[in-house]
Amino acid sequence: MAPDKGAPILEVRDLVKHFPLTQGIVFKKQIGAIKAVDGVSFDLHRGETLGIVGESGCGKSTLAKVLMALERPTSGTVKIDGQDMGKATGSKLKRMRRNIQMVMQDPYTSLNPRMTVGDIIGEPFDIHTEVAPKGDRRRKVQELLEVVGLNPDHINRYPHQFSGGQRQRIGIARGLALQPEIIVCDEPVSALDVSIQAQVINLLERLQNEFNLAYIFIAHDLSVVRHISDRVGVMYLGKMVELGKDVEIYDKPAHPYTQALLSAVPVPDPDGREQRERIILQGDPPSPANPPSGCRFRTRCWKAQDICATQEPLLQIRPGTAHESACHFAETHDVVHVH
Amino acid sequence: MAVKKSTQLLPAEGGLGNEPLLAVDNLHVEFHTRAGVVRAVNGVSYTLHSGETLAVLGESGSGKSVTAQAIMGILDMPPAVIPHGEIRFRGTDLLKLSEDARTQVRGQRIAMIFQDALSALNPVFTVGWQISEMFRVHRGLNKRDAMKKAVELMDRVRIPAAKQRVNDYPHQFSGGMRQRIMIAMSIALDPEVLIADEPTTALDVTVQAQIMELLAELQRESNMGLILITHDLGVVADVADKIAVMYGGRIVENAPVHEIYKAPAHPYTKGLLESIPRVDLKGQELYAIKGLPPNLLDMPTGCAFHPRCPYRQDNCVTDVPPLHEISGVRSSACHYWREVLDGS
Repeated sequence: MAPDKGAPILEVRDLVKHFPLTQGIVFKKQIGAIKAVDGVSFDLHRGETLGIVGESGCGKSTLAKVLMALERPTSGTVKIDGQDMGKATGSKLKRMRRNIQMVMQDPYTSLNPRMTVGDIIGEPFDIHTEVAPKGDRRRKVQELLEVVGLNPDHINRYPHQFSGGQRQRIGIARGLALQPEIIVCDEPVSALDVSIQAQVINLLERLQNEFNLAYIFIAHDLSVVRHISDRVGVMYLGKMVELGKDVEIYDKPAHPYTQALLSAVPVPDPDGREQRERIILQGDPPSPANPPSGCRFRTRCWKAQDICATQEPLLQIRPGTAHESACHFAETHDVVHVH
Repeated sequence: MAVKKSTQLLPAEGGLGNEPLLAVDNLHVEFHTRAGVVRAVNGVSYTLHSGETLAVLGESGSGKSVTAQAIMGILDMPPAVIPHGEIRFRGTDLLKLSEDARTQVRGQRIAMIFQDALSALNPVFTVGWQISEMFRVHRGLNKRDAMKKAVELMDRVRIPAAKQRVNDYPHQFSGGMRQRIMIAMSIALDPEVLIADEPTTALDVTVQAQIMELLAELQRESNMGLILITHDLGVVADVADKIAVMYGGRIVENAPVHEIYKAPAHPYTKGLLESIPRVDLKGQELYAIKGLPPNLLDMPTGCAFHPRCPYRQDNCVTDVPPLHEISGVRSSACHYWREVLDGS
């Protein structure tokens, strides 16, 4: 289904989340901050999938938590359906939360082992009692089990009686329970076996078409992200460095980091492996507590010049490219198809 | 602790002719647990030559790591039992060696890198101490010389400022650097065979690329044989010379890397390759192998893959398919490998 191009369901503007670093036990003094998310903006439309990629520590998961209102942003706004989540409190916030749900990474730890599947999937109804009246819940849970491809008769089983892929389906059913319009998937397939991953991805795509869901799909597996996403955002050290349609990001990456990331992905085809272009980055990403001045990627970048240390490149459309990138020397370069 | 020199015949050094460096032959490994006998490895055979990279591909529970642990001799026995099989290293069956002789091989001539470097390293000793332990224990060097060697090795695996960092503890290093330290320990004594068990699974792609490049370089320098255990079809395509695909404790397909990606001869391999998201198939449903990997306590009869197989016929349910030879270098454990090969 083509994404609906009306008003966006989710608007994120200049979102910042800093975690304070403190010193002292009795007299706590802030000595700095981990800049986990540092000025991220994007829109998400109904029925659309936005993939978020980046290395560990780049702020993907913190972004997810702030979107879910599990963490309060340091500054910036998250608007769901035009309403500012940061300003909402009490019953209004509760209502807004119904509309955005999450599928967690690890189905082995994100399901309570002492609750039955029926209790796990039905728990959202305890909090949002208006969605399903008490007598109706069991039927609703069974419907949800059927929707995600599990046997509705297994409602009284415990999580350990299911395999990894089935558990992830339980997690998805719980996410669907309140009929949200947005689902944040944080690495939903990376804990699963290869032969099971495809099953879960197919399920997510089917559900999207059926319920016109909007997904934020966070993952580090770039081929999976490409398959499922309409647009892709690349994050590095708390910043969005490139944002565009999937074909733009994968075939015409403009930011050097995106190019390095794409060229590092092993291609499952041994033909021509000796000729393939590989940009191997040196070192590790710097600490988000003390990011480099100017462009954060400059310490590992082969294009870096003096301007990169002094002036921070903004995420904008650059000359010669059709999508937004945050590099002073943005230049499209197809790293995937070069032989 | 000095290791006693064993008088028992150790694997010979020097030229091999056409003999493989390492040959696993019909290996079986069972675990005797309270819930029953778990047959983790059921007759696995593969060979490795000097300078060659063999990728062992499989999902969790396929027996790929247990096979590697049996080669290293680090299985807990009991509960593990090796009822049949041979592991020949330069012609000598390792399973028949005494524990003393085995210690001479383990770590010195066959070494291993583990998946999770943080839990494989000891958190209360400095990395320099842990690397130099190899030289102190196996080579009898004193502390100072061993530490010097450790710094050299850290340089060799490209840890920046090795001299200053040699006294740091594992938690002070990033994931990629920790894995480099694991690699430094494993290559310390110039092993002839290096087993890497999911060496990059816990790492980011850009760091994964660095580590795989380092391994390839070290292999070129010393001409060691590398066994790469992984589930990542991309990494395999990048570095392997040949592949052994494992499923349910057996090898289901053996082939040189280029042939297997072009035309798989086992339905499981074929399914795995087809389930990789591809650019030209965007927007379509991914091919998914249906069903679940087998439970090792309750293996299906006949071919272990039959409940998930699109090529299944009646005899698959009853007869265990032998490893059919397709050509001198390829084999497939499927009754209908011809149909699979023609259809791919």
